[in-house]
Amino acid sequence: MAESARTRLSVRESEQPDGGPASPLPARREDLRRHMPGVEPDRRLTDWGRSERIEGALDRTLVEFYYRYWFRAEVEGIENVPATGGVLLVSNHSGALPPDATMIAKAIREEHPQPRPVNITVEHFFKGYPGFSMLLPKIGCVAAHPANVHRLLYDEQQLVLVFPEGRKGTEKLYKDRYRLRRFGRGGFVEAAMRARTPIVPVCVVGAEEAMPVFAQLTLLKRLTGLLYTPLTPTFPHLGLAGMLGYLPAKFKLRFLEPIRFDAEGMHEDKGAVQSTAHEVRARIQENLFEMVSKRESVWFG
Amino acid sequence: MPSKRILITGLSTYWGGRLAKALESDPDVEVIIGVDNEEPSVELARTEYVKVGTQHALLRRVVDAAEIDTVIDTRLVVDSATTTPRKAHENNVIGTMNILAACGGERSTVRKLIFKSSTHYYGCEQDDPAYFIEGMGRPHPPRTPIERDIVEAEASVAEYAERSPRVAVTVLRFANVLGPDVRSSHIDLFRWPAVPMILGFDPRYQFVHEDDVVHALEHISQRDLPGVFNVAADGVLALSEVAGLLGKPYAPVLPPWGTGLAAGLARRLGLAIPPEMLAQLRFGRGVDNRRLKATGFTYGHTSREAVIAFAEHLRLHPLLRSDVEPYRYEREVEEFLRRSPNVRRPAPRNGAQPASPSSPVERYEDLSAVEILSLVDSLEEQDLRALRDYESDHGARVAVLAAIDSALGRGKASERGLGA
Repeated sequence: MAESARTRLSVRESEQPDGGPASPLPARREDLRRHMPGVEPDRRLTDWGRSERIEGALDRTLVEFYYRYWFRAEVEGIENVPATGGVLLVSNHSGALPPDATMIAKAIREEHPQPRPVNITVEHFFKGYPGFSMLLPKIGCVAAHPANVHRLLYDEQQLVLVFPEGRKGTEKLYKDRYRLRRFGRGGFVEAAMRARTPIVPVCVVGAEEAMPVFAQLTLLKRLTGLLYTPLTPTFPHLGLAGMLGYLPAKFKLRFLEPIRFDAEGMHEDKGAVQSTAHEVRARIQENLFEMVSKRESVWFG
Repeated sequence: MPSKRILITGLSTYWGGRLAKALESDPDVEVIIGVDNEEPSVELARTEYVKVGTQHALLRRVVDAAEIDTVIDTRLVVDSATTTPRKAHENNVIGTMNILAACGGERSTVRKLIFKSSTHYYGCEQDDPAYFIEGMGRPHPPRTPIERDIVEAEASVAEYAERSPRVAVTVLRFANVLGPDVRSSHIDLFRWPAVPMILGFDPRYQFVHEDDVVHALEHISQRDLPGVFNVAADGVLALSEVAGLLGKPYAPVLPPWGTGLAAGLARRLGLAIPPEMLAQLRFGRGVDNRRLKATGFTYGHTSREAVIAFAEHLRLHPLLRSDVEPYRYEREVEEFLRRSPNVRRPAPRNGAQPASPSSPVERYEDLSAVEILSLVDSLEEQDLRALRDYESDHGARVAVLAAIDSALGRGKASERGLGA
């Protein structure tokens, strides 16, 4: 299986002719929002392939166990997540099979007064890998394509979680913990500006210790075709199940104040996009260091 | 500008035949000419069939002679299981080129070209968006011969559109079609007792019902809507969901690695899985259909409803297999029906009523009053008015006039009833 191309969150699409003033088509693509397909109540999956049944079953068992008893997650600033409209959650990332995404989604489901499902963006790689390709969409993962993010944020007004560090975040070793990698090329800011939805930065402490990565095993990676094959306390000697072998580190999640974009066409301004990306990164980094410095024990918080 | 003089290419294909039938009932359409290299497979009332070669080389003369204003091209082969790659290429690329050449030129009367394409244009890849938008184009170069053909054909259509600003060129990209009558590789796949899948993949599928395909082509022919439109019903289903709706188990029999080899083996067993379908079984595809909806088009079926309708057909099919002779085109009979002065044809129904007050009912003079009264109920409002005028000018029989008046009143009342 070929390695996936680099994930981008910005895209240019050529405009279609609107057919002149007499045309019934709206002048801008954005105005097509009212023609979104309706919901068919008899269906068990959404158009994205999400299954509430499978997600719910996992949520009540495995996720519940990890969230409440294993990681004993502590959440602050949940009120910073708007209750309506599209929201782009931006978080730091770590771990081979990252627990942070699931814990953020669970935190919103548990603590938020108006819980909403979170769409977790993942690498295109997973769509091409058997098994992952079938399972991930069912539990709310979406390929990190700019068109997907825009549709979810703007047309469907949903919550979307992105990790701008991407693979660089999950590949980093234990010695580099809590030091943010580069934030891509700011595609996530562009997506939020284009959809005019707020960005809510999220800091997660504990995920780095839950699955410390000591090395990357390049030979195993070649053999299995997996995206990354880290050496962790339980992987690879315990097999694929070792990917779920998290240490019981105390999880702390902090939702920061939203950054809003109300003006139209801001995403065209590359300078503004870059500086906002830097600002978001700096805020997450600052809060991470503060949270780690206040932490007395990795295991008890 | 609604189309009046229409030329349909690919008349003998399923879509050409269906479309011609649908257009025949539209009184605003004056002329329908269908061309193909094979004889039509459905019975047509007023469509004229002209046999042309595979490459449509002489089409220009037909277009000019009949002063065609709209060309609807339904001929594109989008399923490589139906023919050889060579024939498909001949038809899709060379054929399209020649049809475009026939519509080009300074003095051409063609004002509208409707090109039936397929969402195979986008391909299926790992890094696809969940919904393709018309302006997106292909992220990767085509991998299968049929996709290459479609991309090439669309490229020449786009070039033609650029060269001919006076012609409204519409490209319709249809998703996988489902329906009781149409044939395709996917429909053959769904006829199997279980739905074969690639192990570990559950691709997203979007369908369009066969009736919606015909309606979409008609919809565009009545309006000027240049540009590209995706035609796919609302709702994207996972293949496992499709299997559930069909009431069949899904069988992950194709291995995730070496799928091509396994597909070759399956072909030996009678299950044809063409390469473009293999890609779709792995990655699936969804398209954004809002652009066409914004033009006022409404779908009769969602993807789910199309699958359910198809499932119902599959269950009923063994009972309904009738022994009605399939239609066979006989040139002499069709010529006789269209040309002979001895054939009685219904009077033209559109606005072009003859100026002289002739009777809307043939041999009206010969009918007795009682016969007329029994006739009145079956007439349309327009004919009733014409009949009333005619009667008051000629016989002015009181009983007949009263009957016509009461029939007209009934028509109004029922219309009001519908409105309420």
